[in-house]
Amino acid sequence: MWTVYKKEIRSFLSSLIAYIVMGVFLLATGLFMWVLEGSTIFDLGLASMLVMFQLAPYILIFLVPAITMRSFSDEKKYGTLELLVTKPVSELNIILGKYLASLSLVIIAIIPTLIYYYSIYQLGAPVGNIDTGAMWGSYFGLVLLAACYTSVGLFCSSLTENQIVALISSMALCFLFYQVLGLFGEIQWLNAVGKSLGWFGLDYHYYSVSRGVIDTRDVLYFLGFSAFFVVSTKLVFQSRKW
Amino acid sequence: MSIITKNLCKRYGEQIAVNNLNISIKEGEIVGFLGPNGAGKSTTMKMLTGYIPPSKGEGNVCGLDIVDDSLAIRKRLGYLPEHNPLYLDMYVREFLEFAGKMGGVNKPQKRVAEVIDLTGLDQEKHKKIGQLSKGYRQRVGLAQAIIHDPDVLILDEPTGGLDPNQVIEIRELIKKLGKTTLLSTHIMQEVEAVCTRVMIIDKGNLVADSPIEDLANITGEKHHVNVTFGSAISVKELNQLNEVIQVMDKGNHRYKIEVSSAEGRKSISHFALKNNLEVMELSSENVSLEQVFQNLTKHVDRL
Repeated sequence: MWTVYKKEIRSFLSSLIAYIVMGVFLLATGLFMWVLEGSTIFDLGLASMLVMFQLAPYILIFLVPAITMRSFSDEKKYGTLELLVTKPVSELNIILGKYLASLSLVIIAIIPTLIYYYSIYQLGAPVGNIDTGAMWGSYFGLVLLAACYTSVGLFCSSLTENQIVALISSMALCFLFYQVLGLFGEIQWLNAVGKSLGWFGLDYHYYSVSRGVIDTRDVLYFLGFSAFFVVSTKLVFQSRKW
Repeated sequence: MSIITKNLCKRYGEQIAVNNLNISIKEGEIVGFLGPNGAGKSTTMKMLTGYIPPSKGEGNVCGLDIVDDSLAIRKRLGYLPEHNPLYLDMYVREFLEFAGKMGGVNKPQKRVAEVIDLTGLDQEKHKKIGQLSKGYRQRVGLAQAIIHDPDVLILDEPTGGLDPNQVIEIRELIKKLGKTTLLSTHIMQEVEAVCTRVMIIDKGNLVADSPIEDLANITGEKHHVNVTFGSAISVKELNQLNEVIQVMDKGNHRYKIEVSSAEGRKSISHFALKNNLEVMELSSENVSLEQVFQNLTKHVDRL
């Protein structure tokens, strides 16, 4: 597993995609938090990172699929998947190696935003007047959310030889799970059905965790969601044998 | 036995790719796997490497079942897939280290150096695979197949698309490795140059399996001996020899003689000795593998 992991990390770092993803993520969150009028910390007048944590899930909907789109599509297209799969390593290990590599890259992109936390911590009146619990909860939620996006991206990538198809379909799926399911929950006449659909939305659990209260149900939901798509990817792998 | 299959079958929907294939390959043999395009060579190889499972029947590699013990087999098997897929953006050494670790070699650096030496990649080891010529890429493909020192090699068209010099180099390499090898190819000379045995497969069926020398017997190809005597002889006496079937006079004391077996040459030289004749030339005309291949795989329905 770690052999595949290391290879993937190397290939990310030697291609532009890693730097673009990190750059775009920091640029977008930075602009909205500090520069663009209307949404900055100074406009809100609150020592909180709410702006970033509301925005980040949408930015990641674009960026995570960009990271994962190549992972299996390319291998299928160039036939290297056959090389990989006929090595004495189990399929699950290959998938997990790639999954963790992509996830690591997203986490690396998120880490520099801790500077924003430090800045706000210093800007608070008095200094340090910020809800640290909610902040860590939000970071925790964001990482779990990224884990879910990554699993969706990997799954879509395993379905097709075409990177663009993988990109678009995983963006659509991520958006569906993050936003659309939650919107169903708000439709009155759907009643209980809508409510449970809403419960299946990623945003419901994301906001629940970002309040700073880490509920095991939410964590289990995120982990289950990721596991479901990782296992689905494995099934797609095995479908060549059917 | 390193490779055994029993009634191995593979169907894709209605189409039968491999039909009741029974082969066995002994340790140390280099077997050429011949057949027209789409005959089922690659499919058979993919089944043996565990990439796809058989629809029916069973296969054994190194005494292990290809479905149940796939992981254990892959440790002992080196595979070069068709078209030699490689990560073009990786460096040669980097890629071989990766392949080594994937193959279960713990500290691959030393082994990588050995393999680079063996495959003659020393000049190219610091380059990216994408920068290499096709011949060198093929060597990298072979290098990754042997990096974990497997017992069995399965090579799908290892010399496809190479120039004649490169072809010879790759062949020498395969011979030098001396492993149990199953290699597929379109090139008949390749089989004659490298292999000890040849298997011909057509439309999923095994149509020939024999040591190269005996292949002619299977298809009923005729043996011919070309002989030039120093002086005139009596064709009649020649005709009376046991093995001789027909004598064709080509003038200038040259004769083309059809014989019943390869032994015919012997009795002709005996004949010459007995009659005190000078023999200027005596050679048996080899049946070309191309001829055999065509006879076995040509179909009436194919124009």
